[in-house]
Amino acid sequence: MTTATSSPRYQVLPGPEGLLPPSAAAMGVVLPQDGEGLVEGVIVPEAATYKAIAKAMLTRRNPTIFPGPLVVWGWTKHTQEKASVVLELAAEIPGVKIIPMPDYRPIYPKIDPEAVINPCHPNLTIWHNKIEACIFVGVHCHFASVTLKMVRAGTNCYTVALCAEAGHEDAMASLPHCDIEKLQRVTEALRQAKKEGLVPWALTPAGKRELAAEAEQKRKQRKAIATSAPTFAHELVAGLDENEE
Amino acid sequence: MAEGLETEVKTNPQGDVITATEAPKVQAKENKAAKQRVVTPEHLFFEAPRTKTFITGSEAAKEAIRRANVDIAISYPITPQSETMQQVGYLYAEGYLKDYYRGEEEYGVMSAIAGASRAGVRALTATAGPGLMRGMEVITSWPGGRMPLLLLVMCRVINAPLAIQPDNVELSYLLNSGVLLFHGENQQDFFDFPLKAYMIAEKCEVTLPAAVAVDGFFVTHARGWVELPPDDIKLPPRDCYHEAVPMMDNENPPARLSRDAPIQKSNFISYQMHASWQQEIWAAQDRARPWIKKYMGGLIEVVNPGAETMIVASGSAVSQSREAVRQAGEKGDTIGLVKIRSLRPFPTQELIEACRHAKRIIVPEFNCIGWLAKEVRSALYGQTKAEIVPGPRVFGGMSMPTELILEYLYKTPNEARLTTKPLVL
Repeated sequence: MTTATSSPRYQVLPGPEGLLPPSAAAMGVVLPQDGEGLVEGVIVPEAATYKAIAKAMLTRRNPTIFPGPLVVWGWTKHTQEKASVVLELAAEIPGVKIIPMPDYRPIYPKIDPEAVINPCHPNLTIWHNKIEACIFVGVHCHFASVTLKMVRAGTNCYTVALCAEAGHEDAMASLPHCDIEKLQRVTEALRQAKKEGLVPWALTPAGKRELAAEAEQKRKQRKAIATSAPTFAHELVAGLDENEE
Repeated sequence: MAEGLETEVKTNPQGDVITATEAPKVQAKENKAAKQRVVTPEHLFFEAPRTKTFITGSEAAKEAIRRANVDIAISYPITPQSETMQQVGYLYAEGYLKDYYRGEEEYGVMSAIAGASRAGVRALTATAGPGLMRGMEVITSWPGGRMPLLLLVMCRVINAPLAIQPDNVELSYLLNSGVLLFHGENQQDFFDFPLKAYMIAEKCEVTLPAAVAVDGFFVTHARGWVELPPDDIKLPPRDCYHEAVPMMDNENPPARLSRDAPIQKSNFISYQMHASWQQEIWAAQDRARPWIKKYMGGLIEVVNPGAETMIVASGSAVSQSREAVRQAGEKGDTIGLVKIRSLRPFPTQELIEACRHAKRIIVPEFNCIGWLAKEVRSALYGQTKAEIVPGPRVFGGMSMPTELILEYLYKTPNEARLTTKPLVL
C-alpha cells in the first residue's frame, strides 16, 4: 500500500536488501509508458534503458538469461520467433548462461540450480551460479514480480525485466511492451556498447579465470558421476507425496 | 402411477427431483445481443451519446452488465441483491450472457465463479451482507489467484438480530482482502462503476478481482436518474492471454502450467514466496491507480476544494452530504466534500491534498464501527492538524437526516448530543 510522501525517492538497487523489503510499487515507484523505461526506480527515456541494460549485462559477473514459459515453449509462431531473437541477444553477451524458468510449479525435493530457476526459491539458482546480472523474459507478470522481489531481497543480482506487458517496478531495469523489435534494440545496444570499448566481464582476466575454473569443476563433477553410483537415495528418488497435507 | 413414467423423473444422489430447465430459446428477430458491436472502453465511457432514464439501482446494474460483454454470472439469492441478479437473469434469457445459474450457497458461488475466472472468461457474481460473510473465505483467495472477476455488493445488516436493512459494516471486511473496492453513491455509479471496474481489473499489471458496492435499498431499490449509452454497444471481451498469470487450460497440455500447486498447497511453497506473493497483490492494487484516474475520473471527487470544513464520505452518505453542503451554502457557508470512489486502493495522497486547508473534517457513515473514519485518520496521521470527527453515523437500517450532518458540521459531537431533538415528536 502507498506510504508516506515526504520520504526521498525509493531506489531499486541490487541487494541484498534484507529479509523482506517492501515492494517498489508500495514505495511509490510507478510503471513506465511507451517510449520510456524504468531504471533503478526512475522513469527514463527508452534509449537510456537500453544503455543501462547493456552495461549491466556486459560488465557484471556471470550474466544470465532466464527465459520463461512464453519463450521456452513453442506455443505459437510468434513465440518461436521471439525465442530466436532472445538467442540472438544472448549471443552478444560473452560468457552468458541461459537457465530457463519452464513453468511455475514448485520443484521438490530440490531444484538443479544449473538447470532451472523456480519462482519458489529463485535465490538458489542465483547464489549457486554467482549470478550478478540477469534478464527475465517471457515470464508471466505475476511470477516475474514475485521472483524479482525475492531476488532483490536476497541477492546482489542486477535484474532486468524485458516485459511484453507493462513492466516491473522491482527490476533494476525494465522495458514495457517489449516486443521483438525492442528485443532487437537491446541486442543492438549490446553490440554498440562493445563497439564503444566496453569490455565484457567474461573477457576480463577475472572473468576468464572464473569461467575456466567453473568449466574445470564441471568436468570433474561429470567424471565423478560417471564413475560412482548413489549409495543412498530414499525419498530423493521416490519424491514427496503430493497429496500430503 | 405407471412404473414407466416414474423412471422418467431424474433425481440427484439424495433422491431430490432435479428441476433444472433449459435456457429459453431466443428468437432470432429479438436477439439484440448478437447485434451488439464491440467499442473501445473510452467510447463507451466518454464519447457515446447518453440518454437519461429514471430507473432503480438494480436496473442500472442490469444495463451495465448488458454492455459489459460478460460471459457468465453465478450467484445465490439474498436480499437486497436478489433483484439485481434476477435482472441479470433476464439478460441471459435475451442472449447477452453465455451462462447463468444459481449456486448452492455463497461459498459454492464464490468458488464456482473463481473457476470460471481462472478459465479466462469475464465473470460476474453478487451478494449482500450475510452472503458476503459466508463467501468471504473464498473471496479472499481471489486476489492471490489473480482473478479479475467482478463482485457486486449490495450492503445490508450482517449482525444479529437478523435484518435486511441498509448498513455497510460488511465493507470493513473487504478492505483488507486484496480485492479492488469501489463504493458507488447512487444509481448512476451502479451503472458506471461495474463497467469501469472490469476494464481496470483486467489490465495485465492489475489482474485483480474488483468489488463494486452500493448501499442496499437506498440505491438498489430506489429510482434515480441514470444516463445510459446505447445498448447496441459493448466492451471488448476479456483478453485472458494478456494477464498476469496463465489461464487454467484443461484442453491443452500441460494443464499444470496453471497455478494449482503454488497457491493450493502451503507445504509446497516457500514462506518467502508467499510473502512476496502477498506484496504483489498490494503492488497490483497500487498499479490500478492510474487506470482508476483514467476511467473513473480519480479515486476521489472534491466539491468546494480549499474549504476549512470538509466532509469525507463514501456511498450513500455522499448523497446526504451533498444536500447538507447545499443547505450550508444557503446559509452562506462553504463546506467541502470529498467523495471517496475507491476504498481499495485507498486515496491516501488525494485525501492529504484535498484536506490540506481543512481545520475540521467530519466523516458520516452508514455503519456502527466507523471504518471509514479509521481509514481517514490513518491516512491523514501526521499530515494535518485538522480535527477529525468520526461521525455522524447511523446503522441498522436507519436513514441519515441532513440535519444530523449539519449539526456535526457546526458543533462538536458533545454539543450535538446536548441539542439534538428527535425529528418526529
